Amino acid sequence: MTALLEVSGVTKSFDGFRAINNLSFSIGAAELRAVIGPNGAGKTTFMDIVTGKTRPDRGQVLWGERSQSLLKMSEAQIARAGIGRKFQRPTVFEDQSVADNLTMALKAPRGPFAVLRWKPSGASAARVAALAGEVGLADRLTRKAGELSHGQKQWLEIGMLLAQEPRLLLVDEPAAGMTLAEREQTTTLLRRLAETRAVVVVEHDMDFVRRLDCKVTVLHQGAVLAEGSLDHVSANPEVIDVYLGR
Amino acid sequence: MRHLLLSLLMLLAAPAFAQDLASVLDANRDQIERPSRQTIAPVIEALAAAGPQAGAVLEAWADRRLGLAGDRFVIVRGDEALDAVTGAPVPGEVRVLRPNSGVRGVIGAALVQFQLNDPEPSRRAAALDAIARRPDATHLAALRAAAADPDPALAARKARLERLLTIRFDPDPRARIAAIEGFSGDTGADLQAVLNPLLATTRIAAPAIPEGANVAAELVPGEDIPEDEAYRLLVDAGLAPARLAPDAQKQALAAHVAEGAVGGVPVSELSDPARRDAAYDALADAGLVPPAATAAEAEAALASHRFADIYAEPDPGITDAARRALKAMALREGVQQAADLTLDALSLASIYFLAAIGLAITFGVMGVINMAHGEFIMMGAYTGYVVQTLIADRTLSLVVALPAAFAVTFLAGVVLYRLVIRHLVKRPLETLLATFGISIALQQIAKNIFGTQARPLTAPAWLEGSVGFGEIVSISTIRVAIFVLALLFLCLFLWIMKRTRLGLEVRAVTQNPGMAASMGINPDRIAMLTFGLGSGIAGIAGVAIGLFAKVTSELGSDYIVQSFMTVVVGGVGNIWGTLAGAALIGFLQKGIEVMNPANTLAAQTWMILLIIIFIQFRPRGIMPTRGRAAEA
Amino acid sequence: MLIRKHPSAMVFLALLAIFTIAVTLMSEAYGSGLVPTSTVKTLGKTLCLALAAVAMDLVWGYAGILSLGHMAFFALGGYMIGMWLMYARTGEIVAATLANAPIPPTPDELRQGITGQIFGVVGSADLPLTWSFAGSLPAQLVLVLAVPGLLAFLFGWLAFRSRVNGVYLSILTQAMTLALSLWLFQNDNGFRGNNGLSGLQNIPGLTDVPQSVISIWFLWASALLLAGGYLLATWLTAGKFGSVIRAIRDDETRVRFLGYPVEGYKLTVFTISAMICAAAGALYYPQAGIINPAELAPIASVYLAVWVAIGGRGRLYGAVIGAVVVSLLSSWFTGGRAPDLDLGFYRVAWVNWWQVLLGLGFVAVTLFAPRGLSSLVDALAGLRPPRRMGTDLGPDVGALREKEAEA
Repeated sequence: MTALLEVSGVTKSFDGFRAINNLSFSIGAAELRAVIGPNGAGKTTFMDIVTGKTRPDRGQVLWGERSQSLLKMSEAQIARAGIGRKFQRPTVFEDQSVADNLTMALKAPRGPFAVLRWKPSGASAARVAALAGEVGLADRLTRKAGELSHGQKQWLEIGMLLAQEPRLLLVDEPAAGMTLAEREQTTTLLRRLAETRAVVVVEHDMDFVRRLDCKVTVLHQGAVLAEGSLDHVSANPEVIDVYLGR
Repeated sequence: MRHLLLSLLMLLAAPAFAQDLASVLDANRDQIERPSRQTIAPVIEALAAAGPQAGAVLEAWADRRLGLAGDRFVIVRGDEALDAVTGAPVPGEVRVLRPNSGVRGVIGAALVQFQLNDPEPSRRAAALDAIARRPDATHLAALRAAAADPDPALAARKARLERLLTIRFDPDPRARIAAIEGFSGDTGADLQAVLNPLLATTRIAAPAIPEGANVAAELVPGEDIPEDEAYRLLVDAGLAPARLAPDAQKQALAAHVAEGAVGGVPVSELSDPARRDAAYDALADAGLVPPAATAAEAEAALASHRFADIYAEPDPGITDAARRALKAMALREGVQQAADLTLDALSLASIYFLAAIGLAITFGVMGVINMAHGEFIMMGAYTGYVVQTLIADRTLSLVVALPAAFAVTFLAGVVLYRLVIRHLVKRPLETLLATFGISIALQQIAKNIFGTQARPLTAPAWLEGSVGFGEIVSISTIRVAIFVLALLFLCLFLWIMKRTRLGLEVRAVTQNPGMAASMGINPDRIAMLTFGLGSGIAGIAGVAIGLFAKVTSELGSDYIVQSFMTVVVGGVGNIWGTLAGAALIGFLQKGIEVMNPANTLAAQTWMILLIIIFIQFRPRGIMPTRGRAAEA
Repeated sequence: MLIRKHPSAMVFLALLAIFTIAVTLMSEAYGSGLVPTSTVKTLGKTLCLALAAVAMDLVWGYAGILSLGHMAFFALGGYMIGMWLMYARTGEIVAATLANAPIPPTPDELRQGITGQIFGVVGSADLPLTWSFAGSLPAQLVLVLAVPGLLAFLFGWLAFRSRVNGVYLSILTQAMTLALSLWLFQNDNGFRGNNGLSGLQNIPGLTDVPQSVISIWFLWASALLLAGGYLLATWLTAGKFGSVIRAIRDDETRVRFLGYPVEGYKLTVFTISAMICAAAGALYYPQAGIINPAELAPIASVYLAVWVAIGGRGRLYGAVIGAVVVSLLSSWFTGGRAPDLDLGFYRVAWVNWWQVLLGLGFVAVTLFAPRGLSSLVDALAGLRPPRRMGTDLGPDVGALREKEAEA
């Protein structure tokens, strides 16, 4: 199996502080992966580097079958290449309707002139309705996103991610602020998504990670400390040291 | 000692000369009585050679104090008349001679040699001045013949003058070249005035370059000299016929209009230049107008002649030496001007720094753009003006004005913060627009109170004048004072930020307002004080700027864009960045002004363009805020 | 389709048509003469300013780019059309004088004559290169859009590429218009320095038509252009494109992660808006009669932003309301027609105090009605902003904040 995303030897410093230190990481085309680690382990910086928000000082980030380097691409190009990112706190466009939010995220040509020529069609409307149904917002299509509750915004954002049809999904702490039932729903969704694409979940919550039941990568001080099943890594003495601070 | 000896010698020699003087005066009585400029020269020469006593006679003559008492020449001094030869008082009626100015000029030239040896230093200095003002060939001999001057300063001047005159008048080219080279390292204006005429050229057109001419450059028509101009030279020299100018052609045609046509061409077709030529040729064929030179003829004339710039000075050795000397001089002057410019740029940078520092505090620390900042500068300047109308003593009024301006603008800043800015936190663009509203209101209020004409803010006497370094480099004292003021404020700011409780709290609020609030700091109060501080400094900057610029209601808006540039270029939230930004903009503006001194508008245009381009490469300024937060 | 989806555009066009017909019927040229020609000109100019405000709203209200240099494009459009007006008009005069000469002039002589007339004041005898096309109306009409469009494109490309935004961008646009005005102020750059271009109200070929008639024609043209510009802006902001640019305004980073090339959108909107502005300027200055570099002063562009803010940004009719209300009020107050206010101890002469009133009024609008005058329309329509009970809106500074959303 060839890797969809291959990160090798990446280093990034902020004012002398090494947030990422010679990190190597790879994920396959249809795989669910959880990334865990204590605060300051470099989880967010890792996602920033993959999505193009931050440029690393050294290292390689290769993408897809043709092993394209992501380092030369802008955030928008990376997103178009098929990497979607879900932020920790929901960021949707409050001033626009749920339908508008979803329409914007639909997979379609993204250039300004292509968008000017774009017209809503029966197919696009049906797709938006289907997505809204999937995330439980079918009856709120015409409402402004700002009127939704916090949880609904989370779901709207997930809907937008699905609309993008990414090949790799980066999800930052999806469980934060969710009820038990919602967590259950999220777990199911993520596992289903991972059947057709790669999903990387960054999470603090061990319980949630256990539910995901997937391969786990432990980050510490900007480097991979351990990798394997949750049971395997939690037996690792170094991981215990890091988490318990012994 | 030597001086004494010389005087003694002269005294001893006097009788012999005196005899001479008397005879010269007698021999030329008629000429002296009714002198004419054309013929008087030999007489004056003879007189000048007649010994030291003759100097007094010549001088008196030039001053219209020489007269005739009967048949004896007398010198009038006050109420009495003294015999010109013996110096004995002469009673009786005196008829004073009145030579015209031409004659007096000739006498003056002859007098120089006497004046150069005059025992009175001020008269010797005056003689040197006279020579320097209007040098001529005879002075060179006089200077060389004159006895060594006992006063070292005058001796040096005399020696310098002698060398300058050598360059111009010495018949021996080697002596002239040696004199030019002897001046190496000198940049005096008098030397330039001597050297420049040596390189004067005239432009000639001739069948061949004249034999022995000192050619500065040969000119090829169409390359070094436009063909039209070359042809005009030929015409002026009578070497070619004048070309037919379009106007002349038109007039000739107009003079021969007959039955709606000229030379067979209908008038209506004459808007076409080719038809005009045809009509003119027809007229010329008919013999009605002189034939015009054709283009081919003109070209042939140009090809068969040569064009050149010829030095008036025939000796190439001398022109070469002069050119070398002038070139070296230009280089040295360039260095001095660069130093002058650096000082100028430094003072401009200080002004921008003063104007921008308050803005940098509010913008950098609070993220608030205060468009009314310029108006705070204006308020400071007007405060200075008002204080000056109340306190007559300039120094005292300035001492009062600085804190008063700070107080007024500090208050204004606090009020602005309380009433407007506090309600617009986190909305930087709206703050920008709201403060702009304040800005236009304040400007108009100032106009309504103080009128549209400029108000003077006069600096105390000790700030007027200038501090000089060397010959060219000088800087006005006010600008030095502003430089010092800018330094003071830099130190004050650093002290407040690094050493005081307020500075600590300001830094805390800047970095994390939420955390600062939970530590018991009131972010609102800190922001208010910061804003007041920034505004207060703007007020003081206003007084400083008002001292050398006119105080008008538009004073602030003249500086506001530059101030913003300073902050933006320097990088937000860093006093050193503001300093670097001010320096960059000050030096840039002065630098561009030098390249195009006549056009300050162009200089400003280029400066702004350069800054826009600069922002492309350093979007966060010279000294950006670093770290993780800045990456977002 | 567009109209059906956007009833406000329909209402606006109807009001504009009614206004234009009413003014025509009251004009000196075609009606009762109730409205003097100078007022017709003022109204025509106001329509052009309203269009400029619409263009400003497009960049600021919709795309979130506070450009404080938009009047540069407006004035550049005016300069481009002014060059033709002045050249052709001077050409007519020169031709008329030379027609009396015994020999008809050559094209070269004609050009010499025109150049002498136009550039005599700045002591130049040659026609500058920039005036190469001044003799051709179609060419100058193309330049009306092309020159400001190109300037906007270059400036925007440089600025957006290096991700200059927010307050920095505003200051940079101020610098741009300042640099351009300083450049135009120079006599040797071929735009007659501070003399500017004048006599633009005389339309070449229409010497015999009285100004009262020309002013009405210009009013119609301005109304048509405003209608066209308004529809264009409505179309731009209505569909998915509008959705994207509003999203960019609210959270640029998020739009990037959706895969949209944010810089390209900003550049497109900025350039289109500059061209709309330029077209408005090209109709404004023939009605004003004169243009000079003072029109590009940074403050003029800030006023444009003020109009949009007072009218209410983020909605096109808001921009029009702001421009019309403020500029008409401004000309009423500064024209000396407003009666002085006697406070007993002080007599308020509005010519002197209007600026103060405007400035403070503007602060008041920013503080108390950030949505501007058009929020009155909202109140009537019963539109309410979403109630979120104080929940946070997003993680980014760029995100819509509670305060803004409330407004």
